Amino acid sequence: MGLKQKTADLKKRMREAIKGGGTKAIEKQKSIGKKTARERIISILDPKSFYEYDLFVEHAGKDFDMDKKYLPGDGVVTGTGTINGYPVCIYAQDFTVAGGSLGWMHAKKITKIMDHAMKLKVPLIGINDSGGARIQEGVNALAGYGEIFFRNTMASGVIPQISVILGPCAGGAVYSPALTDFVFVVDKVSKMFITGPEVIKTVLGEEISMEELGGARVHSETSGNAHFFAESEEACFDQIKQLMSFIPWNNEKKAEPFPKKAPKTRQYNIESIIPSDPRLPYDVREVIRAICDDSEFLEIQELFAPNIVIGFARVAGQSVGCIANQPMCMAGVLDVDSSDKAARFVRYCDSFNIPMLTLVDLPGYLPGIDQEHAGVIRHGAKLLYAYSEATVPKITVILRKAYGGGYIAMCSHHLRADFVFAWPTAEIAVMGPEGAANIIFRNEIKNAENPEEMRKHKIKEYKTKFANPYVAAAYGYIDAVIEPHDTRQFVMHALEISSVKSETRPAKKHGVPPF
Amino acid sequence: MEEKNGEKKLEYKSLNIDLVRYKTLYSHKYLLRKTYQKSDPRMIHAFIPGIIRKVNVKKGSPVEMGETLLVLEAMKMKNEIHSPIGGTVKQVHIREGQKVTKSDVLIELE
Repeated sequence: MGLKQKTADLKKRMREAIKGGGTKAIEKQKSIGKKTARERIISILDPKSFYEYDLFVEHAGKDFDMDKKYLPGDGVVTGTGTINGYPVCIYAQDFTVAGGSLGWMHAKKITKIMDHAMKLKVPLIGINDSGGARIQEGVNALAGYGEIFFRNTMASGVIPQISVILGPCAGGAVYSPALTDFVFVVDKVSKMFITGPEVIKTVLGEEISMEELGGARVHSETSGNAHFFAESEEACFDQIKQLMSFIPWNNEKKAEPFPKKAPKTRQYNIESIIPSDPRLPYDVREVIRAICDDSEFLEIQELFAPNIVIGFARVAGQSVGCIANQPMCMAGVLDVDSSDKAARFVRYCDSFNIPMLTLVDLPGYLPGIDQEHAGVIRHGAKLLYAYSEATVPKITVILRKAYGGGYIAMCSHHLRADFVFAWPTAEIAVMGPEGAANIIFRNEIKNAENPEEMRKHKIKEYKTKFANPYVAAAYGYIDAVIEPHDTRQFVMHALEISSVKSETRPAKKHGVPPF
Repeated sequence: MEEKNGEKKLEYKSLNIDLVRYKTLYSHKYLLRKTYQKSDPRMIHAFIPGIIRKVNVKKGSPVEMGETLLVLEAMKMKNEIHSPIGGTVKQVHIREGQKVTKSDVLIELE
């Protein structure tokens, strides 16, 4: 056989393999609004940048007549390519081939591309669309998952890891996304759970649909497992591309700088967003947009614990992780979920050299039996731990209220913020004036001729004395009291001045965070 | 949240923290939270959904603290349910072979 014939043979083999599960299976996949594995990869990557490997890998199953079956590529597509010119390693499970089930060689293809990503120090993107373990391969399927989980853990904090759930992801399979940095889900397409509705029904007698149990909305709103929610696969891919523009390739690099752009101040006027009455709500995302470049803010976990806002923005072209209390929801309190959400994001930013901008306006921790019993102590402690541990530049702006434990937790100087600025509207105190006056002046109020009058008088007295930033500034806990319209200038300068910041923590194997 | 003329009209509620009433929205989870109920040792609830495999007591039977009242099978495990107090059985709400869901009242004591 000459080169020509051999090339023709190669082409024939490739055509066979690329067919995946065949025309019928592909049609079925498309009929429910899903793209095929290769189409998905091509849509995420830059045009013509995808190079596929391990196309001819064959499965290793021997039992239950599996040896007679041909599963093209063993149900997973792997390769490398670029996103916004960024190199990435990528894999996509192919549901059309044996339901995307994970056997030993399928897992080996994934672990091979993972090892590759670690060596090359580039981000890893995994597209999950799989029925779960390939039961016929028994313990080898479990071994495959275990090998993936171990690598996910080793890669955590070294290279960015992104999981895209575009189909079912059930049983042990869900733990790989859970170990990665960001999980993307698509409405009505993504399904994640440990035990499915069938098992729950037979074992426990509880009936629930797949969507209600582990649909995209549930994980975005209730469980907090997902970070980005999209209406369609296309919208999801756009979110991935946007996210990639904010994060660095690996933990030794900084995010690529962008040209500096002014915020859209006509749309977001920083002076008029915040009501001066601390009891009134506003959308803190407008404050972020009033400070950052081009007013572009990529919010993460928008639907989960909306009382805290997290996400990426740029200030003077540089990527910044924003953490802000949201007075519009639950008055911006810290609770179990919001502490958990923010703490994880703080650790992400610290791992990947992204400076943090914290905007503070909160009345404290949420009171309630359900909160206490759900462990608000240990979850709240996560935020203290994460901020204290972080050594990237930390800039805090106190917009309005900073009461009690919330003041400490929101990246105060005591947790080693580099810069703490406060607006003149800031109120830094141990609690709100009403509560504080009631405790401090309990006897005066009780013994007064007119207790209500006295209470009002004492609340006013407390407000005048403590509801301002100057008491804290007098102790040096605030570096500068600034006018709202100077915020961007101060933040820009703080970032510039701390661009080569280097801070160390005591050497240790690792700490014991309140997980 | 209600859409009106393309603009979202937000229905603010109030939230009391340290005696201050804040105007704000409630989160999805806050609305779904369960109100705390004090546990009553006289009410025997199913701690897990499952099937009643055996009932050892009848209405009016005297029971001692620690006595096995029934066997609840769940997750392939037969769980013996012991009486948390001594007394008499006021009411038996289940029979052998019955499926129960979590938190169902199984037996009332007095």
